[in-house]
Amino acid sequence: MSEMTEQEARLVGHLAEMEEDEGIDLAKKMLLEEGADPMRVLELCRAAMDIVGKKFEDGEYFLPELVLAGEMLDTIGAIAKPLIKSAPGEEPRRLGKVLIGTVHGDLHDIGKNIVSFMLDINGFEVKDIGIDVPAATFVSEIEAFKPDVVGLSGFLTLAFDSMKETIATIDNAGLRNDVKIMIGGGQIDETVRAYTGADAFGVNAVEAVSLCKGWMGVNA
Amino acid sequence: MSAAVEAPADAKAAYDARWQRIMDCVELRQPDRMPATLFGTFWLAKYGGVSYKQLMYDFEGTAAIAERAVLELDPDTVSPLVLQTAMGPTLDATGYKQLQWPGHGVGDNQPYQYLDREYMPPEEYDDFLFDPTGYYLRVYLPRVMGAFEGFSEFPNIAGGFYFRLFANVRGFLSPALQESWARVQKAGEASQQLADRNARFIARMAELGYPMGSIATSGAPFDVLGDYFRGARGILTDMRRRGDKLLEACDKMRRLLVRQAVPAAKAAGNPIVFIPLHWAPDAFMSQDQFKTYWWPSFRQMMLDLIAEGLIPMPMWESDCTKRLEIIQDIPKGKAIYWFERADIVKAREVLGDTVALRGNVSPSILTTGKPEDVDAAVKYIVDNVWNKGGRIILDAAFGLPDETPVENVRAMFRAARKYAG
Repeated sequence: MSEMTEQEARLVGHLAEMEEDEGIDLAKKMLLEEGADPMRVLELCRAAMDIVGKKFEDGEYFLPELVLAGEMLDTIGAIAKPLIKSAPGEEPRRLGKVLIGTVHGDLHDIGKNIVSFMLDINGFEVKDIGIDVPAATFVSEIEAFKPDVVGLSGFLTLAFDSMKETIATIDNAGLRNDVKIMIGGGQIDETVRAYTGADAFGVNAVEAVSLCKGWMGVNA
Repeated sequence: MSAAVEAPADAKAAYDARWQRIMDCVELRQPDRMPATLFGTFWLAKYGGVSYKQLMYDFEGTAAIAERAVLELDPDTVSPLVLQTAMGPTLDATGYKQLQWPGHGVGDNQPYQYLDREYMPPEEYDDFLFDPTGYYLRVYLPRVMGAFEGFSEFPNIAGGFYFRLFANVRGFLSPALQESWARVQKAGEASQQLADRNARFIARMAELGYPMGSIATSGAPFDVLGDYFRGARGILTDMRRRGDKLLEACDKMRRLLVRQAVPAAKAAGNPIVFIPLHWAPDAFMSQDQFKTYWWPSFRQMMLDLIAEGLIPMPMWESDCTKRLEIIQDIPKGKAIYWFERADIVKAREVLGDTVALRGNVSPSILTTGKPEDVDAAVKYIVDNVWNKGGRIILDAAFGLPDETPVENVRAMFRAARKYAG
């Protein structure tokens, strides 16, 4: 992004350092009182999220910071987006598309949401299709969204069979070679990866990002 | 407190020998063999060839399946197998809203699942802290249990005095409250029936010579607030937004939890208090956050239970390997640490002189492996923990996964006896 003014750098700093009140107040002031370009403010938010993501990867930030960062981003986004007058400019080029969902029978979504957030702030276009997703829905979503990577999430041990069945269904639909498939969740390990036929597994959001970047040929 | 029971002489001797193994582990002596425990929830459906829904609603059928499994596998201790599943009628009667269970929100062959929601918005922290019982009666119970909906009109009695006491009494005439009283009475009857049946199951196990691995349960203060009140997003952001309030609530919750757990364990006649833990894993918060927000209230809770002669058995969910040095800070020989995914070898190295260990045969091997894989997994624990002087109670990582083939469970118990007495 282009060089930042002192005020812009301050906004990025507040958001990256979890200074929520200061960050939101400054964003409001810039947007509502000073007429700042909303697209520029969103760009600054993304720069702040880059820092948050790196701190998470470095083990300085954990779930509390990721969730808070996501909420700050939502709050500023809700103020900025209605102010965008002209048609939005070209979306920044994305590294790749990831379709993600929790497999059928499992209603858990905390881990999936964290992975979606981390992929998003790392430059991926993410489509999250929710929890308890039937295998057939994954197939129709793959056909429509044409992702590079499919992420299957599951917290319970029942997810092992659901993941295996989902991957088999994708295979039967002739789509298996079009996508890389990664699995993740509290009980997932190499034994489960081999059982389900997934390409890879990850135990946290950083590993998910690293897998996707690797598949897209980007330095992780 | 011991878990003394009435039982026929030979069963009594077997019971005592089994219980002694657990107590040897707790008190950091090597028992005569490595105890192995049977802890299952919906796995009983697999074993008995019934649906999960049947397990939820047919108590006597569930108890019969559990008894067969216990007699076949011959564990050293048993979990309250029936209580963990056959609570469908009680859940129905209370109109419980925080869970979806077979026949109620999830399929007939799916396990129950908790619904992570914000059940207490942040602005209610002060109400909870000021008057937790009033908050439960008027706000929390009506929110999470349908039978209590009318309790939102429960009169505000605290602060009443002299003639004001009489004025407050008329509040009990509220039609909504009256209607709720009737539902709560039915829910109470269902709850009592479950407790009676569970007591019969426990007594039956004792007659057969099998002690319970635990009966009373509790939660860590942070986890109870996070899971059942604030929800995941709430508790995570509270650490950043209102840390002092969170700490105050953890301290209050700790005292409330101890006040529940101590009489429950004493009435059950079993000193082990099972405490599944949810928010301690390495990946969830930083070491500083763990040391500030999670650990102090839980450590104090364990000390409170120990002071009452009880044995806390926290079940450290997910991977807590990085926390081992921190959680070592409790009195020696007073607790059982059950690990789900933490490195059990490292756990012995760090904690072996402080607590008994429990766990942790991999769920993925149990569910997707062959009996020989399970045998090898048990042998690994025996070679690397038990044979190195570790006092370990063998179990699966979080009890038996529901989907575990019966052959693999047989292999687990067989391997325990084959390799460790």
